[in-house]
Amino acid sequence: MLEIKNLEAGVDGKTILNGIDLSINAGEVHAIMGPNGSGKSTLAQVLAGREGYDITAGSVNYNGQDLLELGPEERVHEGFFLAFQYPVEIPGVNTTYFLRAAVNAVREHHGKEELDAVGFLKLMREKIELLELDESLLKRSVNEGFSGGEKKRAEILQMALLDPKFAVLDETDSGLDIDALKIVANGVNQLRRKDNAQLVITHYQRLLDYIVPDHVHVLVDGRIVKSGTKELALELEERGYDWITAVQAA
Amino acid sequence: MVASAQNCEDVDRLLAVLPESDAAGRARFAELGFPASHDEDWRFTPIKPITELDFTAAEADVSASFEGCAFTEIDGPRLVFVNGHFSEGLSQIGNLPAGVEVRNLTASDLLMSHETGDAFAALTAATFTGGPFISAADNVEFEIPVRVYYLSTGSEGATANVRGYISAGANSKLTVLESWTGTQADYFNNGFTELHVADNAHVEHLKFQDEHAGAFHVGAVHATMGRDAHMAHHSIALGGRIARNNLRAHLNGTGVEAVFNGLYLPRTGQLIDHHMVVNHAQPYCNSHEYFNGILDDDARAVFHGRIHVHKGADKTDAKQTNKNLLLSDNATVNTKPQLEIYADDVKCTHGATIGHMNDEQIFYLRARGLNEVTARHMIMHAFAGEIVERIECIPAREELDLLVWKRLEEGGDK
Repeated sequence: MLEIKNLEAGVDGKTILNGIDLSINAGEVHAIMGPNGSGKSTLAQVLAGREGYDITAGSVNYNGQDLLELGPEERVHEGFFLAFQYPVEIPGVNTTYFLRAAVNAVREHHGKEELDAVGFLKLMREKIELLELDESLLKRSVNEGFSGGEKKRAEILQMALLDPKFAVLDETDSGLDIDALKIVANGVNQLRRKDNAQLVITHYQRLLDYIVPDHVHVLVDGRIVKSGTKELALELEERGYDWITAVQAA
Repeated sequence: MVASAQNCEDVDRLLAVLPESDAAGRARFAELGFPASHDEDWRFTPIKPITELDFTAAEADVSASFEGCAFTEIDGPRLVFVNGHFSEGLSQIGNLPAGVEVRNLTASDLLMSHETGDAFAALTAATFTGGPFISAADNVEFEIPVRVYYLSTGSEGATANVRGYISAGANSKLTVLESWTGTQADYFNNGFTELHVADNAHVEHLKFQDEHAGAFHVGAVHATMGRDAHMAHHSIALGGRIARNNLRAHLNGTGVEAVFNGLYLPRTGQLIDHHMVVNHAQPYCNSHEYFNGILDDDARAVFHGRIHVHKGADKTDAKQTNKNLLLSDNATVNTKPQLEIYADDVKCTHGATIGHMNDEQIFYLRARGLNEVTARHMIMHAFAGEIVERIECIPAREELDLLVWKRLEEGGDK
């Protein structure tokens, strides 16, 4: 589904991603762990098509397409999704209106009929239950005044509505208490299917107790320095990132 | 007549062509003169393009039409002024309930004299040719909006001075929708509306200003509010080469709720100025001012908002926000909030922002599948919508929402 080869990227001449190789197949959940500043969020932003990053080498093949050639919205139309670490507040834009516009933008791309207000509401009610979100949030402006947990749950609601083939979850666990974490993880797990894939980016192992990955990769200084199974996450939790960097240095 | 102050020649030229309705007002205007360019209240708004006009008296015109006007689909009484003159033919008063009066005004109707306001206000007192008289007696709740149309067909310095009088008696309710439009450049409209909101009355006053982009507009609203009065003034300002709005509010009773809500969308070559002073004279009053602007090309906007909390106006709650969205690097905003507080235990806040379209927001919307143009439109619409959604009169709100949206889509695709 996704094949990243030797990806190098940076900002203002400073290299952040130092040659990433990563291959993800349909039906798999991968986790990327790493210390602060290792390039985790940069990877997420580059995959989503954020402007301002210079891609200096490498390629990203997504279902036979050159992902890096696509605009951010085109990636979404092709089934890519990023759940933001810091969801953006957009005062004045009604959440329901925004979500319907997003869903219809993707539907339009696939030649499907627009969902009208009634059809959309029905779809949204199904998904909102999954995430135990208060429906009144949807009457407010996008993310405005939402608590940290509400913002993260709203991200997963968006994911559920857009039904992506490949989703990147960028530090979705940050700022969540254990109950909210369980709700979010449960939501993500219910969206897991044989024909889609997820890349979970996290600093802590905690999230991976609930979203269990098939593969775990450790990112240090913009490079994947170690890959393994879910046990690697536990080992990291126990021994810390210093252990990996020490092993690297040796 | 000899003007003793600024721009005497221009003052004389103007007074020479205008009709006379109040000699004391003429003297007052001549004494004050046009504001000088160093006048603090006109620091960011050039006055010369107005004072150097080749003034003529704007004349009645039977060919005027409602093209481009707002609120034409709304039912109810309407007063129409063409180039400042009352048009009996275009106006429709219809059957009004007892206690409601809607007509062209006369000098004897006015409560505020030429002493109230600045030189432009004195000029309206001295030379006005007509204006709306709208009143609701005590305890009369008039639910149908009264519309006032100011149609301009003049050009080349054609100057119209109008005076308006709106009064809502105790426990009454009144909605007034104004529409200002024009067909040619270089005319000058100068208006002054006094607005009296008695105890426990509820007034919504909406000014939709879409003058020709080459025309000049100075419009004042002076409002007085009694105990527990509820008043909302909306200024939706799109037109004019130079358009100046002077808002003066006097919260003279306790428990007043006053909202001043404005949206300005100047484009190439336009300057839109809101100059406001809110006076809190009594305790336990709330005033909220919300002004948003979206500026394109080399457009300019000026916002001046002074909140004056007088001695004894304790427990005042006054809020002011002015937010500006610049769509171009050449657009300019001058914003100047001022708080003067002489009372105790008050809550006064102000905030002004000037910024470009937020890249984070655009990216977030694109990362949800919306293309860049749609994303930009959504954010502009939201910015304007914050103001438009405060309009209580539903048909007016819906119409302006569409109209503003259309205007932004015409201009914002770059």
